Amino acid sequence: MSQLNHQWQRFTLAQKLSRYSVYLIFVLALVMSMRTVEIIPEFFFDAPEQMMDMFSRMWPIDVAFYPMTVHSAIIETLNIATLGTLVTLIFAIPLALLNASNVVASPAAHWLARFFLVSSRSVNSLVWALLFVAIFGPGVLAGVLAIALRSVGFVGKLLSEALEEIDMGSVEALRATGAPWGAVMLKGYWPQVMPAFYSIVLFRWDINVRESAVLGLVGAGGIGVVLNDSMNLFEWQQVATSLLAIFAVVIMAEVLVVNIRKRMI
Amino acid sequence: MAGLTPQQHKMHPDPFPRKPWHSVLSVLVVVYLVYSINTMGLDWQRFIDGLGHADKLLDRMFPPNFSRWELLLEGLLESLEIAVISSAAGIFLSLFIGLLAARNFMPNWVSVPVRGFIAICRSFHPVIIAILFVKSVGFGALAGILTLIIATIGFIAKLFAEAIEEISFKQVEAIQATGANFISVILFSVMPQVFSRFIGFATYQFDSNLRNSTMVGIVGAGGLGGTLFSAFQRFDYDFVAAILITIIALILFWEFLSTLVRRIFQCRS
Repeated sequence: MSQLNHQWQRFTLAQKLSRYSVYLIFVLALVMSMRTVEIIPEFFFDAPEQMMDMFSRMWPIDVAFYPMTVHSAIIETLNIATLGTLVTLIFAIPLALLNASNVVASPAAHWLARFFLVSSRSVNSLVWALLFVAIFGPGVLAGVLAIALRSVGFVGKLLSEALEEIDMGSVEALRATGAPWGAVMLKGYWPQVMPAFYSIVLFRWDINVRESAVLGLVGAGGIGVVLNDSMNLFEWQQVATSLLAIFAVVIMAEVLVVNIRKRMI
Repeated sequence: MAGLTPQQHKMHPDPFPRKPWHSVLSVLVVVYLVYSINTMGLDWQRFIDGLGHADKLLDRMFPPNFSRWELLLEGLLESLEIAVISSAAGIFLSLFIGLLAARNFMPNWVSVPVRGFIAICRSFHPVIIAILFVKSVGFGALAGILTLIIATIGFIAKLFAEAIEEISFKQVEAIQATGANFISVILFSVMPQVFSRFIGFATYQFDSNLRNSTMVGIVGAGGLGGTLFSAFQRFDYDFVAAILITIIALILFWEFLSTLVRRIFQCRS
């Protein structure tokens, strides 16, 4: 008589083993890191006190500093983010078309596009900014290009995914009428990806506003330059003004994006 | 023949109508471009000059110089340590914070302030948080770890709260009907429903922490970023190229590993 196995198990043995090995490797990595990382424990326990000290130096906030320097720097930051997002589109749209398998059916073009998209995303915007400051010198131009090249990977990847998800019926109908390539693009693909396109661009603009606020730390223009200067002079009250301005702009950008998306979709 | 007369033709609506807001938008974009290029003083000559410099820079970056690999390895290990510790601590804290922020489990007076805290964590760029921590706990890995813990809470706790808000309450009621206490309800009815999504968020966040841990060093918070920044300042562009290649290789390697982990836990992307 064969006995039925009444013991119900949620996972098979192989599943369990692979899950436990992931846990084990993670715990090992954590223990190794905890043992070797260079942390001075006194600094850790001292941290709350030091934080309080820093915040007490920030108070009261230097409001008079805002109209002098911060306002124009904030406007510059917004311009860097917006212009960078617009410049991104010049590179991102062709790469997205090359990367979408239902637009260009060539594996070589696919790999080429993917290579550019991945390398754009792997390098952080601050590192891009360092490179462009080395090339174009400190200033707004380096900031705009850093934002633009960092965003190419993000916008290109999401846009090509949106292109791949469209319904090919209308594209095929247009092709059957003998429409030229441009007409197929504009009237077949574009109406279907348009909502996704605008929401990707808005989303990236929101991220770019945050990122362009720090580019100035490496000399690429915007509010970061002001922040860096007042920090080097230990003017904590001015630092607080800049931080508050960044916070306000970031919140406003987010509210704006959320509202536009709600209207659109 | 009647179908081809112009009168008949007019009865069909235009299949491709022009949207007026589209032309308004394109005009606005052009106006903005002119305005912003003028106010920011971007000039074409500088761009052309820069391209010449780019040529020189690329010349000095290649071939990449791996001769100081000990320095590179030291920075890399520190970056990895920062990423691992901050992900572990940040995800652990996010479990509780996410639960406190879930509107279907907690009353408003708990969830609203917790949500505010998460929003503050999210709204500052990690580099700005890193600066504040460097000023208060000194240079080194500790500042990087604390920074990335904050970044992790801002992202994971929010997504985790949303995942909990979407769960089905049938299991919760079933477990509650057995007379289980609050901890058991969480462990046996909520966790199984959100666990695989949670692993998905966690692998994504580890990826993002890895990228950021190679960057926070630029402001002195430890890791490969510090090595990169000092190489930049000493104009060792061949070493810069070596560091950048290492960072890209590290991130590609993690992307491979994370797909493996997700397949093991069967996450939907």
